[in-house]
Amino acid sequence: MSEHPVRIASGQGFWGDDLEAPVRQVEGGPIDYLMLDYLAEVTMSIMQKQRSRNPAAGYARDFVPLMERIFPACARRGIRVVSNAGGVHPGECARAVAEAGRRAGVSGRAKVGVVSGDDLMDRLDELLAAGHELRNMETDEPLASVRNSVRSANVYLGARPIVRALQGGALVVVTGRSTDTALTYAPMAHEFGWRWDSWDRLASGVVAGHINECGAQASGGNCLADWWTIPDLAEVGFPIVEARRNGSFVVTKHPRLGGAVSLRTVKEQILYEMGDPATYITPDVIADFTTIRLAEEGRDRVRVHGVRGRAPTPFLKVSIAYAAGFKAVGTLVYAWPDAAAKARAASRILRERLDRLGLAFDRVLVEMVGWDATHGPLAGDPPRDLPEVQLRVGVRGPDRAAIERFTREIAPLVLTGPPSVTGFAGGRPRVQEIVAYWPALIDRTVVEPHLSVDFVDV
Amino acid sequence: MDSVATIPLLELAHARSGDKGNTANVGVIAYEPRDYPLIRDRVTANRVGEHFRGLIEGPVERFELENLHALNFLLHGALDGGGTVSLMTDAQGKVFSTALLRMEIEVPDEVAERVRGRGRVPAAGTGESP
Repeated sequence: MSEHPVRIASGQGFWGDDLEAPVRQVEGGPIDYLMLDYLAEVTMSIMQKQRSRNPAAGYARDFVPLMERIFPACARRGIRVVSNAGGVHPGECARAVAEAGRRAGVSGRAKVGVVSGDDLMDRLDELLAAGHELRNMETDEPLASVRNSVRSANVYLGARPIVRALQGGALVVVTGRSTDTALTYAPMAHEFGWRWDSWDRLASGVVAGHINECGAQASGGNCLADWWTIPDLAEVGFPIVEARRNGSFVVTKHPRLGGAVSLRTVKEQILYEMGDPATYITPDVIADFTTIRLAEEGRDRVRVHGVRGRAPTPFLKVSIAYAAGFKAVGTLVYAWPDAAAKARAASRILRERLDRLGLAFDRVLVEMVGWDATHGPLAGDPPRDLPEVQLRVGVRGPDRAAIERFTREIAPLVLTGPPSVTGFAGGRPRVQEIVAYWPALIDRTVVEPHLSVDFVDV
Repeated sequence: MDSVATIPLLELAHARSGDKGNTANVGVIAYEPRDYPLIRDRVTANRVGEHFRGLIEGPVERFELENLHALNFLLHGALDGGGTVSLMTDAQGKVFSTALLRMEIEVPDEVAERVRGRGRVPAAGTGESP
């Protein structure tokens, strides 16, 4: 039981984030834990698709070469890594990580913990038959209506299995669909031996996790407040939580790295993807974000305390992905003079051609990038001397052939529509299959007995 | 009566937005705690709903976080189905934040004077640049 603060560094905010960031966290100064979040809502379905093509795939592959780079330092300094890189194949991910450890020369000096049991794909019919309807939390439709289109189904797990892996001595913990926040508060619960009914401490850990889970978004990246004053984003230091036994913590970063940690950067991240702030639901606790107290404690240090929590619900959230039709987006660029008028005319001609072809879509969306694509009607009328505008037309529907035909109707506009048009070097738009997100709830007693924690020696 | 001026919310607050399915959230944060009550009184759920008319399909919910001198808005039906379904450039609602900060609100003259120009990169040559 340590009395010095436990330093939990954020190293990755999504699959595709800055590859060098976790290395900077390890090399830039002292840390005790490194948390790496790789999973967004639809990432699991992408991984499921990869696994169906290649039985050894299905996890965040970037994690393996990263571990190979940092394994020696982690093993030497006892830095423990907690990540949901396992995706839909945590066992295979752990095996690959252990192999990376051997290549990195830490054989016999580390083990990898694997959390599994979040994957409901093989149990889906059994669960539906037993009366678990898995209704969509947004639309209230029962899952049965899209059952045959389901591509992946995973429960968001909390901190308990991660803590078991840490108690078992894992230097690296690999999970599937854990909550992003658990990757940060599981180390806190483990180090301080928190009870699972210490609601306020757990809730404080959830706030720490929410601040850490999007990487540099808490330390100066994407910060709207005086963004031009934030130094050296080229080598931005991701956030580090310095946690205390009572749950309070300081958000900071390595001093020699760029970025900034201030009341403003931390508040912006706290509000990111926020629903009802008094009811932030996780598998382990419900945190009340209206009780958070913040205090600036010197340069790049913000103290967080006072967080209150209460018991969680009897349910766990399930992240389901299902095939929901097709879409394509085509673009062309129109130049001054009267750029917007030309783009509008082109859009009308395109619509007329699609109608004549008898193509039906669920949705057609026309945007003018450079004028109204982000703020819609709030952008007002385009200035008369708009130097250029990109016409962006998207279509969506169940009929792949109709979407495919749409992709062949963009290029002809270059020679058959309004003048001063360019920007078609990229070729025909690509037809994309839509894999949509279906959030649902499930009774936790159906899931928890199936969780397991295993270990792989490096 | 004190004289009032109309200013964009951009000069009083910063913001961050994100998505939850087909709902965008916008967190609005007062630059200075003393301006929070003014923002809370002026930037109501109704006004935000009117502001986004034509851009969102559903209702607007508002939550107060006085502890952070912030408001959180949920804009329902804002994202054309959201996530991977949406055809929008901003399918994840990342820039609804600045769309909300366009809102014009009435404030006392002295407040308008105090906050003038905030939220924008200082003009070159004014000496304000960091």
